[in-house]
Amino acid sequence: MSVEGAHSNGSASAEVAARVERRWATIAVIIVVMMALLAAFAGIHRATMPQPRVETTDPSRLHLTGEFVESNLGSMLEANGNVTVRAIGQQYSFTPACIVVPADTPITLRATSADVVHGILIQGTNVNTMLVPGYISEQLMRFTKTGDYLMPCQEFCSFGHEGMWGKVKVIDKTDFANRAKGGGRLSCVGQ
Amino acid sequence: MLVNRKLILAHFWLAFAVFGIALTLGAWQMFIRSPIGTWLSNPELYYRSLTAHGTVMGYVFPTLVAMGFGYAISESALEQRLVGVRWAWAGFWLIVVGAIMAMVPIALGRASVLYTFYPPLIGNVFYYLGVVLVVVGSWIWVALMSVNLRVWRKAHPGAPVPLAMFANVAGSYLWAWTAVGAALELLLQIIPVAAGLKATIDAGLARVFFSWTLHAIVYFWLMPTYIAYYTIVPRAIGGRIYSDSMARISFILFLVVAMPIGMHHTFADPQVGAGFKFIHSAFTALVALPTLLTVFTICASVEIAARLRGGRGMFGWIGALPWDNPMMLALAFSFVMLGFGGAGGLINMSYQLDASIHNTQWITGHFHLIFGGAIVIMYFAIAYDLWPHLTGRELIDIRLIRTQLWLWFIGMIVTTFPWHWVGILGMPRRMAYFDFGDPAIAPQALSVTLSAIGGFILLASGIMFIVILARGMRAPQVDAGPYRFALAVHQPTTVPVALNTHALWVALMIALTLTNYGYPILNLALSEGTSVPAVYVGAQ
Repeated sequence: MSVEGAHSNGSASAEVAARVERRWATIAVIIVVMMALLAAFAGIHRATMPQPRVETTDPSRLHLTGEFVESNLGSMLEANGNVTVRAIGQQYSFTPACIVVPADTPITLRATSADVVHGILIQGTNVNTMLVPGYISEQLMRFTKTGDYLMPCQEFCSFGHEGMWGKVKVIDKTDFANRAKGGGRLSCVGQ
Repeated sequence: MLVNRKLILAHFWLAFAVFGIALTLGAWQMFIRSPIGTWLSNPELYYRSLTAHGTVMGYVFPTLVAMGFGYAISESALEQRLVGVRWAWAGFWLIVVGAIMAMVPIALGRASVLYTFYPPLIGNVFYYLGVVLVVVGSWIWVALMSVNLRVWRKAHPGAPVPLAMFANVAGSYLWAWTAVGAALELLLQIIPVAAGLKATIDAGLARVFFSWTLHAIVYFWLMPTYIAYYTIVPRAIGGRIYSDSMARISFILFLVVAMPIGMHHTFADPQVGAGFKFIHSAFTALVALPTLLTVFTICASVEIAARLRGGRGMFGWIGALPWDNPMMLALAFSFVMLGFGGAGGLINMSYQLDASIHNTQWITGHFHLIFGGAIVIMYFAIAYDLWPHLTGRELIDIRLIRTQLWLWFIGMIVTTFPWHWVGILGMPRRMAYFDFGDPAIAPQALSVTLSAIGGFILLASGIMFIVILARGMRAPQVDAGPYRFALAVHQPTTVPVALNTHALWVALMIALTLTNYGYPILNLALSEGTSVPAVYVGAQ
């Protein structure tokens, strides 16, 4: 496939080629810079970003001391009206297995793993975080619709992974407030 | 000048043999977890199969293709006999031994930890040692590529290094440094625990080490494909490379920016802070640059071929392309899949959007489309193009080759598009089965079934590929002539030192890795009390 003649008029065509290329490279750079700026803007202006801080915890003492002892797991109404949910993942279930939260309320999910790497994903939302043993995951969330959501473990955690499905029950804000009156930590149990 | 054909053929045949096995496992997995399969009574079998599939497709198959293709490039582009043939065979046998050593514990169910390892899950130590041997074998290839280029430079002082070899050596350096992350994780963290010398491991640190390898390895897989785009396709369809220097810049950019971006795999992780997550996100946007440049240059190169064949008009030239040429077909399919896969990739690397698809089936769909689709279809094209030169025999089944490429393309689309969709619906990855009877999961049943059908189409195409190559070993003899690479429109007579050598770019690659990974790794390594008890796995 000889392409003789392609060299004739070489320098002029080389200049055209270089100019067209430069233009395209400029467009490409602008696309890349725009993407980074968009991410920075959304991160700063709307405060949408992945978990910012690193917190650690000792998984072998989770059940003995600290915020992840059994009696502290579940949903808690804070004094300011916000809700904090504490949960752990272990092979092959979540505790609580069914999380209950109010709609239209800022919620902080704090969770960790008691053994291997797990993940929490709430279907139909963009709530999605890893649970890495030794570290605490924190996610801010707010549900606008009441109803039941599936919450599978999204990371391979050995042979029972396919059975590790939790649930999130989003209920009306006043219902939740009534249930929270007694204090303690709420879950779907006893509803 | 292909002298060591046996060496190259050995690499390709081993690559395609293990590919065939892993492809069959993959199709079975798609079937067994879909509504048309029945629930496995022992889900461990699924993860056993998945570990084998991932280990072969991620570590063994593309590495062997890159190595075999690399040796072919070194001999034919430099027109110089391969220096260090014995070392090359040693590397090959290390991979054979390593692959077997890794596969035995997997087959026995003693290492079902998936190819991503995921400590504190710990499998049999021989699985990890096998993977290390595969990597060490490939590092011999890296050294040989460097040595061969050096020998050639001595004989041709100041001459422009042929583009194919320049890119090939860039790819080998990329791989050498990419593999260091997983090597550190294996040697410092996992193997001591698997061997029983330690009982605890920092899972967060391990994930950071692995992310160092996990993203850039994708660009190592991609290198042979991009080399084919630039240096084989234009020659095969009768065109010219639009720009030699733009090609070099693209490969240099891959070398420099493929590495310091891996933490976009850890956006959802608790052990990395927001600052480094953002830096890695921004750097990942940069890696789109070499691909955008490549798409432009290759389209322009293809247009040259079309116009030389009499194509006219703004878009009319597209019809003048040699569409019956398998290389043209493979390129077009590869670009379509690269386009969709790349668009999906922009979502994955996005600081914000990642959360909606992280660790869902979207991710599996994404990398199957990019790697299994855009990249592997060019591996097929490379094999078809090289085969007559390696065997001295003609590939006569041109129609079958076209059917094979069509089936791979269709199969990959049918598999991965529904896969992306169920990911958006929130279906998690790597589950042996799903309860499609659950009203919340039932709507995903149709998509999963479609994906399984796509898997069988891919299996059929893969079998055809191997049959075509095997038949090619017994076809009538032919003199294929020397193996040539595409020429540029303006073939360079001199090239600036920066575009002709790798040292500066390798230094930049290492420096950027240190700035982007150094602090997070040191911070995690030095923090106390983050090591957790290992959880040993093994079939009972």
